[in-house]
Amino acid sequence: MILLPHTQSILLKKLMIRVGGACLVLFAATTLTFVTLHLAPGDPVTAILGGSANPTPETIQEIRAEYGLDQPLMVQYALHLWHVLSGHLGSSFSQHMPVKDVLWQQAPPTLKLMLSSLALAWGFAVLSVTLSARKPVFDSVFSSLETFFAGLPQFWIGIILLWLFAYQLGLLPPAGTHGFSSLILPSLSLAIPLGGFLAQVMRETFKTTLDQPFVLTARARGLSDNAVRFRHVLRHALLPGVSLSTWAIGALVGNAVAVEFIFSRQGLGRQLFLAVSMHDMPLVTGIILFISVIYVLASFLADTLYVIIDPRIQEARA
Amino acid sequence: MNAFSAAPQSGLNVKNLSVKFGLGDVAHTAVHSLSFSLKLGEVVALVGESGSGKTVTARALLGLLGSNAQISAEHLSLNGQSLLANTEQQWRKLRGAEIGFILQDALVALDPLRSIGAEISEALTAHKWGTKNAREERVLQLLTQAGIPSAKDRVHLRADQLSGGLRQRALIANALAMNPPFLIADEPTTALDPSVQVQILELLKQLRSAGHGILIISHDLGFVSRLADRVIVMHHGHMVEEGRTEDILSAPQHSYTRKLLDAEPGRRPPRPATPVSPTTLPLLEAHNLSFSVKQQDGTRKQIVQDISLSLFPGRTLAVIGESGSGKTSTARMIMGFQKPETGFIDFLGKPWSRSEKTDIPEFSRRSRRPRLAAIYQDPLSSFDPRWTVQAILDDALSVIHVPKTERLTRIRALLDLVRLPATLLGKNPLHLSGGQRQRVAIARALAIEPAVILCDEPVSALDVSVQAQILDLLEDLQKRLNLSYLFISHDLNVVRNIADDLIVMQAGRIIERGSAHNILTHPRHPFTQQLVAAAHLIGDATGDRVS
Repeated sequence: MILLPHTQSILLKKLMIRVGGACLVLFAATTLTFVTLHLAPGDPVTAILGGSANPTPETIQEIRAEYGLDQPLMVQYALHLWHVLSGHLGSSFSQHMPVKDVLWQQAPPTLKLMLSSLALAWGFAVLSVTLSARKPVFDSVFSSLETFFAGLPQFWIGIILLWLFAYQLGLLPPAGTHGFSSLILPSLSLAIPLGGFLAQVMRETFKTTLDQPFVLTARARGLSDNAVRFRHVLRHALLPGVSLSTWAIGALVGNAVAVEFIFSRQGLGRQLFLAVSMHDMPLVTGIILFISVIYVLASFLADTLYVIIDPRIQEARA
Repeated sequence: MNAFSAAPQSGLNVKNLSVKFGLGDVAHTAVHSLSFSLKLGEVVALVGESGSGKTVTARALLGLLGSNAQISAEHLSLNGQSLLANTEQQWRKLRGAEIGFILQDALVALDPLRSIGAEISEALTAHKWGTKNAREERVLQLLTQAGIPSAKDRVHLRADQLSGGLRQRALIANALAMNPPFLIADEPTTALDPSVQVQILELLKQLRSAGHGILIISHDLGFVSRLADRVIVMHHGHMVEEGRTEDILSAPQHSYTRKLLDAEPGRRPPRPATPVSPTTLPLLEAHNLSFSVKQQDGTRKQIVQDISLSLFPGRTLAVIGESGSGKTSTARMIMGFQKPETGFIDFLGKPWSRSEKTDIPEFSRRSRRPRLAAIYQDPLSSFDPRWTVQAILDDALSVIHVPKTERLTRIRALLDLVRLPATLLGKNPLHLSGGQRQRVAIARALAIEPAVILCDEPVSALDVSVQAQILDLLEDLQKRLNLSYLFISHDLNVVRNIADDLIVMQAGRIIERGSAHNILTHPRHPFTQQLVAAAHLIGDATGDRVS
């Protein structure tokens, strides 16, 4: 495709706006992390010393000076921002290793968990909505099931699944990070409520789309009811699902904290919890930044998907 | 010549078809023992207003009524084969291949997310027709056949990227994909501009000549009479009259048919021309209004250019134009919702709106807002869906600070003015008929005691007989309350007996202006001549049939 110079400048402008927005998100995440950790009670020195018994006041003073904790708050903030900007995530107080290495180690299991949960939730939502919407009995049964799913807390599902499939039936491992079988139960714990939410928002659009005249036109071509649902109506119902999924990326990390604990999995959620409770500023910042980047990327992806699903959106934006 | 082989019992035969929805006490019969037949090369029109059962009949013929409909008939057959016991599989084989279906508005009758090519191609794949290449070729051929020029460049476009006429042609091409002998067209031209209606009418005529049997469903007796060989008039699910088109038009037997014919807006007498006295000052004056929007490629598209108009007390100024002519943008500027880019508007002798650099703040308009009311095409969407009629009117009266104690009396007076019974006070507009809703909208407009009412396509969504009633009401109110109307419409027939002055718009400009009587009898601009001709063709049901 040949782009006119004018179109190119529009695209460039759009890209600049997106990148600027992403930078703002990352800046806000960094700042909020800093403020929140300083408001929380506790002392990072304890974390740095790793629980060694009764440090002398001199040792504490030394450590404060070494980590810059004796500086005024604004100076600490400026240093903190500077480090993040220059890409130095520093060393974790509590793990005594570079934050980059911790992320490198802990991110893959969490990403796997998020992706498989998202896939399961989508699979459930698409099938439940497409096969049951507006069908007598099925509609109300599946619609209630979705509401029920959406209301379940992740940790509760996790415990029930653990008890049933791991301890009672012995079908799946109760804990661990490696292998496909260890991924099933944690993914289900996260996917069930999310699938319920997704299906609820999609069902609404799906039903209104079923009333559109083009559905009648498609049926009048000789298409079966299910073909019309999958080939035409579903595409219209995807948009609210995609919007919700961007939000879900953020929510999944939060919910991963509980699930990773229940199933004793490695991962960012668990690390984040430990790092916060130990006032491990570099590690918390690193994890939050990493999640923010994932979130920003997911928003980019969602915007691209929007246009692929509904080409009218791009024309309206231009 | 007929391209389809005619079996002895060929055709669609319906005898005593009844359709019922629901069970027991809530059961509602939509169609009562309807009988008719449709042969190849013939056009039969099913005419009726909303709720007459005509659309239900069309869907029954395609087996698309859904599971809560109960269909019974002595006889329902296609080419001698009974359709009554059809399984869903058998229906699917028949849909598209034996009977094609054309709906009202291609913008929503074709999937808005897919190209017209993909949509038409699906009509072929649904019947496992040909290879991929053969289908692509067939789609182009169909588009060309339906009268779409340079189909190759348009096959990848979606319905919303085509003009109203072209996308309706694409919708017809979709129905013709499997070359079905029979076609059912449900209001195939209702959403279109008059000049486009005439083109689609011609296309349907060509299809009849090619041998298709067409069942055309419409609320507009005048329109279908241009095309149909036979007409069936339906009212509340009953067939009230059936016969050859000429007979029905020249000697309607049933009173309902006569009522329908009389309500045709084209049959109503034009308002006699009365000049404005030179000393009268206009209530509303607009000078050189322009407005443009930024387009995708960065250039600006002129929506409205250099529009000037004056509205005098007690008169109606009609603004006529097809979709995209800029009439709605003009209305928005006059309402003070949109700043003009150039020009100015004065209302009641004081500045009302100015171009962007020297705008009038909203608070200086506020005291005059009640003097300018508006009614729209679809009143339902302009009501809060949870409010009753009483709450809607009460809210309007609160705008002009009517004390609470007086409001109920005023509300009753307003309902009386628009000839609605006071029993509707507690009703929700959702449960009113289209005509009743528009009356509530008019009552709400009157509540604030306006001098000017902007009427934006106020009758376009209504049945013909209801249109006539609403137009009569507006005329009567104008006389009694000395109202001025700025009446926006795409349909010359609608304004012919209410307009004193007329403005014709095309592509954002005024191309003709003058007294309505003069323009309707002696249009000067070629576009106006075309509009008047189209209105005459569609509206004048008694004229000679175009063959």
